[in-house]
Amino acid sequence: MVTGAASRRVSPTNGSADAREAALKARTVRIWSVVHTWSSLISTLFLLLLCITGLPLVFHHEIDELLGYDPKPEIVQPGTAKRSIDEIARTALAHDPGRVLQYILWDKDEPGTIIAFTNSKVDGDPDATTLRAYDAHTAKPLGSVGGGPMLIFLKLHVDMFAGQPGKLFLGAMGFLFLIAILSGVVLYWPFTRRLSFGTLRDKSRRIAWFDWHNLLGAITIAWALVVGATGVINTLAEVMLNQWKANELADMVKPYAGKPPPVHLASLDVMLDKARKTAPGMNVSFVAFPGTPFTSSHHFAVFMRGDTPLTSRLLKPVLLDGETGEVSDARDLPVYLRALLVSQPLHFGDYGGMPLKIIWALLDVMTIVVIGSGLYLWIVKRRKHRSHAIAAQPLLQPSE
Amino acid sequence: MTAVRKSRSGGNWRAVYGGPLLLGVLSIAGLLSALFSEGAGRYFSWLALGAPVALTAWFFARRKRG
Repeated sequence: MVTGAASRRVSPTNGSADAREAALKARTVRIWSVVHTWSSLISTLFLLLLCITGLPLVFHHEIDELLGYDPKPEIVQPGTAKRSIDEIARTALAHDPGRVLQYILWDKDEPGTIIAFTNSKVDGDPDATTLRAYDAHTAKPLGSVGGGPMLIFLKLHVDMFAGQPGKLFLGAMGFLFLIAILSGVVLYWPFTRRLSFGTLRDKSRRIAWFDWHNLLGAITIAWALVVGATGVINTLAEVMLNQWKANELADMVKPYAGKPPPVHLASLDVMLDKARKTAPGMNVSFVAFPGTPFTSSHHFAVFMRGDTPLTSRLLKPVLLDGETGEVSDARDLPVYLRALLVSQPLHFGDYGGMPLKIIWALLDVMTIVVIGSGLYLWIVKRRKHRSHAIAAQPLLQPSE
Repeated sequence: MTAVRKSRSGGNWRAVYGGPLLLGVLSIAGLLSALFSEGAGRYFSWLALGAPVALTAWFFARRKRG
């Protein structure tokens, strides 16, 4: 594979069919090389950012807990009655005067905790939303949720503090990453077919990194494709949500068109009870208040979830009239939103316990090495071309 | 890809792509198993996704020196 500088270039003009085939192959390899090089180069910096910020985010739950951004409920006697959600909602509003409730969330892993989202307006800037935890049994405030260093990592990872454009830009970089992986798969053949799988040589620094690039790249292909693709899908979450609002949700709330938004909001406890009856066997995931991005301006939306790792991701919204609290409609989410919800754990790696998180982190580090070594190999190759020292040293080339 | 793969001048595509393909299928199976089943699926996912990492360590341990 490491051939001499005088690589056997077959001229297409010598007429033989074999030579033409060889020339065609060489051209195909060159085209894929260009695709691989440039899809990687353009996205390298951002992919390194995503991989590096993603590493601590794999453990954000543990880190938040350690740093005190994941408040825990008080220990209560088993069988203690839970407080009403209306009471918790009142407590939350009293705690943040002048703000309104956007969402109330039931922590799946911490049944004793209820999280209230408040903002200055129901459709206020998402970055201005405050999350506070309340004890489900005592209604006492437990402290704010999220925030701290992990929030900075999260913002860098999701949109680089640049809002929706930043998010879509990172989505495009993720798409280039997928192209880089697929073109890498094609190039794997001409570059490694003379080597056995897992060859690691240390003849020179360049050859050593070349072998690591190929080995780690090949070993992480499936994982990187899945994490990359689900990441790209996640960048389109807002687009999909707007699509749902413009079509399915608009259809569900058609009878309310033109009516003013509710003035006196219905009781949350009454609505939760009705939502549970409408979707039997499901648990409440969160309630969206009228006017928030997850519902219409007239309705509460109670999003119900199942209880297996898969069905807990598949939410079903129950829409309730904001004033009367009567059930208006309940429909499963469309396929694209369900695909988004199911794809999320495949990006986060948070669905298989601590061992899976550790493996996730190791695969992430391996991907960082693939990206870094790729950049290194490109720089070395370029430097060599510049210095015209091609004849002096062996090149890493596809074997013919 | 097939055009490159069908090279007549030596090289066996199974020897080249076999290992990565097997690990890829195993990885996907591991990614999905933990999603669909909380008990056995979880254990399987650790093995299936841990395998590529373990294999890398093994390749590193028996690498050629010099």
